[in-house]
Amino acid sequence: MRLAINWFKYSAPTTFYGLAGKLIPFFAWPAAILFAVGLYIGFFVAPTDAVQSEAYRIMFIHVPASILSMFIYLIMAGYAALGLIFKTRLSSMMASALAPTGALFAFISLWTGALWGKPMWGAWWVWDARLTSELILLFLYLGFIALQASIEDPRRADRASALLAIVGSVNVPIIYYSVQWWNTLHQGSSIKFSGTSMHVAMQQSMFTILVACWLYVIAVVLARVRSIILERESNTQWVKDLAETK
Amino acid sequence: MNKLSLFGLLGLVIRRDLLLAMRRRADVLTTLVFFVMVVSLFPLGVGPEPDMLRKMAAGVLWVAALLASMLSLPRMFSADYLDGTLEQMMLAPQSLTMMVLGKIIAHWMLSGLPLVLIAPVLGLQFDMSVQALWVLMLALLLGTPVLSMIGAIGAALTLGLRGGGVLVSLLVLPLCIPVLIFGAGAVEAVNSGMDAISNLSLLGAFLLFALVFTPFVAAQALKISME
Repeated sequence: MRLAINWFKYSAPTTFYGLAGKLIPFFAWPAAILFAVGLYIGFFVAPTDAVQSEAYRIMFIHVPASILSMFIYLIMAGYAALGLIFKTRLSSMMASALAPTGALFAFISLWTGALWGKPMWGAWWVWDARLTSELILLFLYLGFIALQASIEDPRRADRASALLAIVGSVNVPIIYYSVQWWNTLHQGSSIKFSGTSMHVAMQQSMFTILVACWLYVIAVVLARVRSIILERESNTQWVKDLAETK
Repeated sequence: MNKLSLFGLLGLVIRRDLLLAMRRRADVLTTLVFFVMVVSLFPLGVGPEPDMLRKMAAGVLWVAALLASMLSLPRMFSADYLDGTLEQMMLAPQSLTMMVLGKIIAHWMLSGLPLVLIAPVLGLQFDMSVQALWVLMLALLLGTPVLSMIGAIGAALTLGLRGGGVLVSLLVLPLCIPVLIFGAGAVEAVNSGMDAISNLSLLGAFLLFALVFTPFVAAQALKISME
């Protein structure tokens, strides 16, 4: 017996719109709960750091935000490439839905980094490799958003920004290493594959918040892609038949 | 009509663009004057101490070169786009990638090469040593073509858009940072008594990498913008 599954059923905006709407609560609620748990562990369970005292606690938000800001760019470029190569409209919509969230995380990462840097290094900002490349990453997000916003035809906007995202993702490692050779002051990463130098409660808090951030990203992107679908398909019959547009 | 070889086509496009530019010399001179002016403004802003000027010379010259090259980018395709030449180029059976490469080279000869040639004179204003001046020229010679190549992608993507000039800088400047770092780094290395060869090698690597990929990507970007 052959089981016929239509793998591409949900790659059409029409069907994905309903699916996304049903999925959002399954990501949004766990995200809220895990945020609360992670912050509780971070503030009340994790011990005070021997060297950095209380100020280190900002890293429970800083580290997940930095990780996500980089991952989201790659995922965004991936979706953009899919949209460019296979001309799947939904992929391009996903790419444009991811961009503002990625920019937000890059900004949070810079902001919390500045708050951490003031007590630790005595300066809000230093021209260190990782700070600088995070700043450049924010610029890349802003360029992507600006290019998409300034082209009126959505198809051209999708394809042009997709090309930009691909060029950007080829450039990211080059930028990263050139900035690193240029100057390095940032502390090395404390999480290594051969055991870590961190207390267990600190790890628990950080990973809980990381998972919460992932779930938040998925929920927010699904909600945003629903709005984009409605906007782009506003002249179609199925959108006019929807209960929420009546 | 006899068949054109790839390099014949390249030469034809370069010659045509240079000829057109020579008919409107003001455009070429604007970039150069802008570069000279920006560089000359820095000592007025930060003060005339020779020690400080010597230290910041390479960075100032590189940033000014970067901005000057941004200034001339929107012109790379826009005239041909407006009078329909670009459309004919895309319809032609010859390789669009090669034509784009020709336009990039012409753009560099008009906006990059003059900066390379005038840079030593401006370097003297900053009290740079002779050895540093040579390295600066060499670094600019390797780096400015990369700026034109990366810029071509931005210029192609923003073709015909409102406010394209500012937008193209927003897109291209972050991508040019490695060139800036190693270009200024080469001069920095000489000043601190080290060898500039590693920085120059990396700039050369960027040039080759960009030479292989950017004309193709810019051609794709033109196709997206023109359809």
